[in-house]
Amino acid sequence: MATEAQSQTASSAAISAPSIVLVFLLLAAASYGALIWAPTENTMGLVQRIFYFHVSSAWSGFVSFILVFIGSVAYLRTRALKWDWLSVASAEVGVAFFTIVLVTGPIWAKPVWGIWWTWDARLTSSFLLWVLFVSYLVLRTLVEEPERRALVSAVFGIFATLDIPLVYFSIWWFRTQHPQPVIGDGGKLDSRMGWVLLLCWAATLGVMTVLIRLRYRLEALRAELDSYRMEASRDA
Amino acid sequence: MTLVRATGVILSKELRTEFRSRELLVTTAVFVLIVVVLFSFTFNPTSSESRRFGPGLLWLAFLFAGSLMLQSSFLREQTNDTLAALRLAPIDPFSILAGKMAANFLFLLLVEVILLPVFAVLYNVAILPVLTPLLLVLTLGTIGLAATGTVFSAVAAQARLRELLLPLLLLPVLAPVLIASTEATIGILRDPPELSLVWLTFLACFDVVFLTAAWMVGEYLLEE
Repeated sequence: MATEAQSQTASSAAISAPSIVLVFLLLAAASYGALIWAPTENTMGLVQRIFYFHVSSAWSGFVSFILVFIGSVAYLRTRALKWDWLSVASAEVGVAFFTIVLVTGPIWAKPVWGIWWTWDARLTSSFLLWVLFVSYLVLRTLVEEPERRALVSAVFGIFATLDIPLVYFSIWWFRTQHPQPVIGDGGKLDSRMGWVLLLCWAATLGVMTVLIRLRYRLEALRAELDSYRMEASRDA
Repeated sequence: MTLVRATGVILSKELRTEFRSRELLVTTAVFVLIVVVLFSFTFNPTSSESRRFGPGLLWLAFLFAGSLMLQSSFLREQTNDTLAALRLAPIDPFSILAGKMAANFLFLLLVEVILLPVFAVLYNVAILPVLTPLLLVLTLGTIGLAATGTVFSAVAAQARLRELLLPLLLLPVLAPVLIASTEATIGILRDPPELSLVWLTFLACFDVVFLTAAWMVGEYLLEE
């Protein structure tokens, strides 16, 4: 019974070919927009174009972390393991997106600010956020039993997401009290730049959805495999 | 039994256990002392510099101490599986967590209050005129530390490598407390002292958010 229900969730989480094609089209359009269609920024030049994927990755990363929160709360309420699968899938994808943010940031910063890294408010808080969810993933590797792992990581997931606004406010106040030498942006966006940014966000959201579903499906299959193993060892 | 009374019973049990041996308090106090001494090698601890760096290192030492001290909160119960016995008691499960939180808060605050004069002497900071606001910051910061730390101690107790895991979970979540308490303490030690209401309010918000979160998840966390 349980295995049937689980294999159903696993197959329902499979991704249809059209949705993958759609995400690829979106990515292609976003790349065209970011690399060619959008005007070159006056002071920063070509390297500024990394901004579209940098910012949209951060936004999609945030969405993933909100999904961790939703999955964690829903798991505690329902005790259905599928919510835990959603949490782990979203956390991994969110960490991947924030890794992109932390890698593209310095690539952008070096030519523009002359340094790879500065302890500016946004950089510091993104870094801390990344560390926060890396510890979430580490915690998951250290608990064996699935129900127990789901429970403790749901508790930590809730605490970590509640911490996000506090991290942002504290670092923002902290850094704005201290003088900062370099702040990159400001000024108005060309309307084309705004559209490209939105398009990039749509594309990264698409990638996020596909990756989370794939990862969710993997987790569902793992659970199914475990239940078969248990059955086999019972029969033997 | 009401929540408050049950919490009181658990708290008195925790205090009794600790004050019979005092091992946790002594070990933690010595640990903070070592950290404070070792920090003095990383910069020149003259008075003007220590005003700027002192509060930060003091709070960092408290955070490290908390992340080590709070381990035992739930590990102590595992030796004889006494947590199962506590769970059998006809009380709100949150009161177990709340009692431990209150006990951890008192232990940490005690260590901090013992070490504050030592720190003041070693780093040549005058704390007596500003004792009241300093205690206020200590209290607010320590509530946040104890609230999150006790919950994570219950989380880490169920995992492998728990001694290493608790600091890993606790320290990034406590970054806002470190910033807020350090900034508030720097303001208080400034000449003339100023009490930063922004940071005090922020600390109070942190405490409220995580005490509420602990209250919401507490009963799930303690179930078998």
